[in-house]
Amino acid sequence: MLSHTEMKQGKRVLIDDQPWIIVKADFVKPGKGQAFTKIKVKNLMDGRVIERTFKSSDSVAKADVVDVEMQYLYNDGELYHFMNPATFEQVALSEKQVEECKKWLKENEVYEVTLWENRAINVVPPSFMILEITECEPGVRGDTVTGATKPAVVESGASIKVPLFVEIGARVKVDTRTGEYMERAKG
Amino acid sequence: MTQWRPGCGGERLRQRARLLAQLRAHFARTAALEVDPPALQRAIAPEHHIEPIRCYDGQQLCYLHTSPESCMKRLLAAGSGDIYFLGKVYRSEEQGEHHNHEFTLLEWYRVGWSLAQLQDETAGLIGDLLGIKAGCAMSYAQAFMQVGGPDPHTATMAELLAWAEQRAVSLPAELERGALLDYLQAVVVEPQLPHEQVVVVNGFPAERAAMAQIDPGPPPVAQRFEVYVNGVELANGYLELTDGAEQRHRLEQVNAQRLVQGLSPIAVDQRFLAALQAGLPAVSGVALGVDRLLMLQCGATSLDEVMPFSQQRV
Repeated sequence: MLSHTEMKQGKRVLIDDQPWIIVKADFVKPGKGQAFTKIKVKNLMDGRVIERTFKSSDSVAKADVVDVEMQYLYNDGELYHFMNPATFEQVALSEKQVEECKKWLKENEVYEVTLWENRAINVVPPSFMILEITECEPGVRGDTVTGATKPAVVESGASIKVPLFVEIGARVKVDTRTGEYMERAKG
Repeated sequence: MTQWRPGCGGERLRQRARLLAQLRAHFARTAALEVDPPALQRAIAPEHHIEPIRCYDGQQLCYLHTSPESCMKRLLAAGSGDIYFLGKVYRSEEQGEHHNHEFTLLEWYRVGWSLAQLQDETAGLIGDLLGIKAGCAMSYAQAFMQVGGPDPHTATMAELLAWAEQRAVSLPAELERGALLDYLQAVVVEPQLPHEQVVVVNGFPAERAAMAQIDPGPPPVAQRFEVYVNGVELANGYLELTDGAEQRHRLEQVNAQRLVQGLSPIAVDQRFLAALQAGLPAVSGVALGVDRLLMLQCGATSLDEVMPFSQQRV
């Protein structure tokens, strides 16, 4: 159980028999009065965001969730399959569950899959990925300093902005949290 | 490893140093003596909603002071005259944008002053330091009613709950009347107090008198004020209770209630009660949160921005 002072951003809690992640926690206490903790939580199953308030004697159950590094295998048209490379155990996530990560999915890449009671409920891509450019306008030679960009699509399907000199087939490092081009991949 | 770095940069450190100097200059001008009571205490004056940090001095359980109040009152009873404290106090379980376990408190006492005189000095000092006007005063009941609430002294539970449901985002489960009023004060009333001016609220319910005298009313209210700027509570002042027997009764009640709530009782400072018994002069006192004042002076939104090492960095 988490006491009201332990309800902090990032902690995962069980409310109404479902797992949620705390996205914001506010401690409020009037002058000589009682203390309350207001939390904003996001449902790990369906992404709904709600608010709950707790008084100082309240506690909330911890959600029994774990994050496991898993390799993305394939999409069978309906489900997205991942495998734990250490145990070869496989799990599958629905279209809705991979929604936010989908444009970064690449076969054999390792992702962080969240398990709740041994069921996969969410997947997060690595912060930085090396991806090949599959679509973009032809490169403009020599222009490496103006900072001008053009749209491009990477092999996983995400649309990003790249500098003018980047060509189709180039491998680039991308920050998946912001979708920003970082640099040309070395080697 | 960059975690060694303080949360606030050089400019904020200079602003903090300047504010501390400004506060000391105010008391030098107005003839109050700086005192530095001990932070480490064997017994304190328990309060309903303030949890002390316990420690061990090698022989027995001790507390870090949650306020310098009891030792300052012992000084007053011994004839110190006007005194002020500017230093650190400690409160467990308080951490957030406007709370930190360890914080800088300014507390001062004016012998023979009425609560209204101290209220004026406090509002004037805060207004000068923030460069805003002294602003308005209202009662606790008016504060509720000006944001569309019922009279908090007379409203039924049903009326309070109906208003809460209409206004508050989410209501904690199973609230008693006192807790519901506290919740409504914190989430509905305080954020909507007038901004850009010093707002004084007084006439709090008698149950929240703590160490203040009670005006029998009706309704009975604590002789106590709070000062707010932009919805942030900055100061809390009392016409101090001088009746030792009444003070002893209130502290024992706090411990009785702690036992009911399953909390351990807190050792009551008998020397503080003996000082009241010996005779505390008529006195008004106020405590002011210096870090919050600095936060408002700098236009910051959290204490972490104005404390070199807030709780998350120690």
